[in-house]
Amino acid sequence: MLELVKKLCTLDGVSSFEDEVRDFIRARVEAKGCEAFEDAMGNLIVHRPGKEAKQRVMFAAHMDEVGFIITDITEQGYLKFAPVGGIDTRVIIGKRVTVGEKRTPGVIGIKAVHLVNREARKVVPKPDDMYIDIGADSKEEARKLTEQGDYAAFDSMPVEFGDGMLKARAIDDRIGCATLLRLIEEGPDVDAWYAFTVQEEVGTRGAGPASFRVRPDTAIVIEGTTAGDIPEAAEHEKVCRPGKGAVLPFMDNSAIYPPELFEELKGIAEKNGINYQVKEYVSGGTDAGAIQRAHAGTRVAAISAAVRYIHSPSCVASIKDFEDIYRLAAEYLKGQVK
Amino acid sequence: MTKFDTIETMKKVNSVVAPAGHETPVAEIFMELARPFCDEVYRDVMGSVIAHKKGPGKKLMFSAHMDSIGFIVTHIDEKGFIRCHNLGGIRAANVVGTPVKFANGTRGVFLCPSDKTLTDLTRVSEGYIDIGAHSREEALERVQVADVAVYATETYQSGDMIFSPYLDDRIAGIILLKALEELKDEKVENDVYFVFSVQEEVGTRGAMTAAFAIEPYAGVALDVTRTGDELGGKPRMECYVNGGAAIKVVDSSLVCSPALVAAMKDCAKENKIKWQIEVLEAGGTDAGSIQRSRSGAYAGCISIPTRYIHSPQESCSLSDVEDCAHLAAAFAKKALTF
Repeated sequence: MLELVKKLCTLDGVSSFEDEVRDFIRARVEAKGCEAFEDAMGNLIVHRPGKEAKQRVMFAAHMDEVGFIITDITEQGYLKFAPVGGIDTRVIIGKRVTVGEKRTPGVIGIKAVHLVNREARKVVPKPDDMYIDIGADSKEEARKLTEQGDYAAFDSMPVEFGDGMLKARAIDDRIGCATLLRLIEEGPDVDAWYAFTVQEEVGTRGAGPASFRVRPDTAIVIEGTTAGDIPEAAEHEKVCRPGKGAVLPFMDNSAIYPPELFEELKGIAEKNGINYQVKEYVSGGTDAGAIQRAHAGTRVAAISAAVRYIHSPSCVASIKDFEDIYRLAAEYLKGQVK
Repeated sequence: MTKFDTIETMKKVNSVVAPAGHETPVAEIFMELARPFCDEVYRDVMGSVIAHKKGPGKKLMFSAHMDSIGFIVTHIDEKGFIRCHNLGGIRAANVVGTPVKFANGTRGVFLCPSDKTLTDLTRVSEGYIDIGAHSREEALERVQVADVAVYATETYQSGDMIFSPYLDDRIAGIILLKALEELKDEKVENDVYFVFSVQEEVGTRGAMTAAFAIEPYAGVALDVTRTGDELGGKPRMECYVNGGAAIKVVDSSLVCSPALVAAMKDCAKENKIKWQIEVLEAGGTDAGSIQRSRSGAYAGCISIPTRYIHSPQESCSLSDVEDCAHLAAAFAKKALTF
């Protein structure tokens, strides 16, 4: 599982440029003998046949990650860019990126400290004031390597460190992709659907069409979620903590999870000795909202990984939580046999 | 003599705790009250109650949302104080000092921390609920994370007005019940679905999926609207309590179908029902969701002019309630000709 998460976290998948992730998943799924269908938006929808289920169950995870899109190239060969998805500008200054499929190395630059006056230093710069430096010395040179509309992704390799922690980019939501893949490859023998969705980070755009096609009765979204167990956060703002198990939210800004399903998942965790924690804050949205309301209605729930510094090049999660997330999803599926 | 006395029925539906996403207790009450007056009554996947009165003509869907705004517990601290998130639009500073109740009967009050002022209280999560517990352990015996609470304020008549929490939108549910009763021994020319929808307060979510399943030709939401006659004179709005049923032309969720608005005005005139026009500059209703479900539907709204919306004591006119019920019944009965 860890190796799978790490591998997935090295693939580029900035929203609407999910190709690398999709190709990797498709190859694994087809090797398993399952059919994988790519819809018009790029969602990868997998049906894994198995013992007849009580209802149509769908698991969902998004393939995309936050990143950047190149908007312009200056005469001197610098790339102007806009963020794709929710990126805190404060975390990107000086970070390494790679641009496009060619993976051209670059760094997010800003006027050096020596050239900035005291007042300007107090203000968080806007992406407009920054640029990506790919070492090109003219517009023409830069154009040989990239063009407007290209994406840029964080350049950050996975690192295991400390007490069973993993640092990587895009843990949100490659942990979900890894969980779904493992369910397909070695999960319980129960008929179910798996949606690897696109464009979650720009407004949960892929999940609705996926749900409309599959028409699940129940959908479980596997997601990365914000952990707030950091020194500055007040007790009631800690949200959830890496290492404390699978995170069960009761709602987010996109959906209120039906209390019965939320309780059912808690019960399954308790019965099987799976570590879990209830998310103690409400923020952000997930694919669950779009899935819930794409047709006449789907029961939805989420099982999340607690991730510090989410949407940054260095997301931090606990490796043993991955196992709890997988086991909870697998036990739920096991219980769906008719 | 109507079976549905406004004050008594409001007390009954407000006796339970049923905010957005947690409507089951109030759904059971509405189902029981509607059942004698319709051909079938059922709940859909999201939990909306659908009371179907069959007729030979086009499908007409009424929608009155049965959820209320409320609080959901996110965290319980060492001293036994409870932190919450809002379900729907609550201005924290406006509800300081409001008594609240939980489903298991636990009582408490919403408060502002002593190191904050009302102007600091920009979010419900910055306030807290005191349930009279002295430790986390004691609080946990009565309240868990993910439990919900609502205003525990009174319902009463003063002059010709009703004062109550959650007139938004249970007064509209009562109006639908009155309309159903009025149509008891009548044949309706339209095929009418009386929907008591869920999750309106978090984004008109229940009406969306209900409309997808019903596929109405026309949809009419029943909801409260603001008035132009509160002290202070804002908003500038020519819609008044005791002015009769308000026929909506526009709000921020939809521009009502002109053909439906015209038909509704004619219906009011023919039946000598007191009516007025409503142009609302802010706020949305289920009608917006219904209008744009599937390939689209004619949509409009019958509004009840209401003061102090979303406060713990909303107020509307008892005679407007009757006008709205008569208008809904008359509109249901006569074949749609647009």
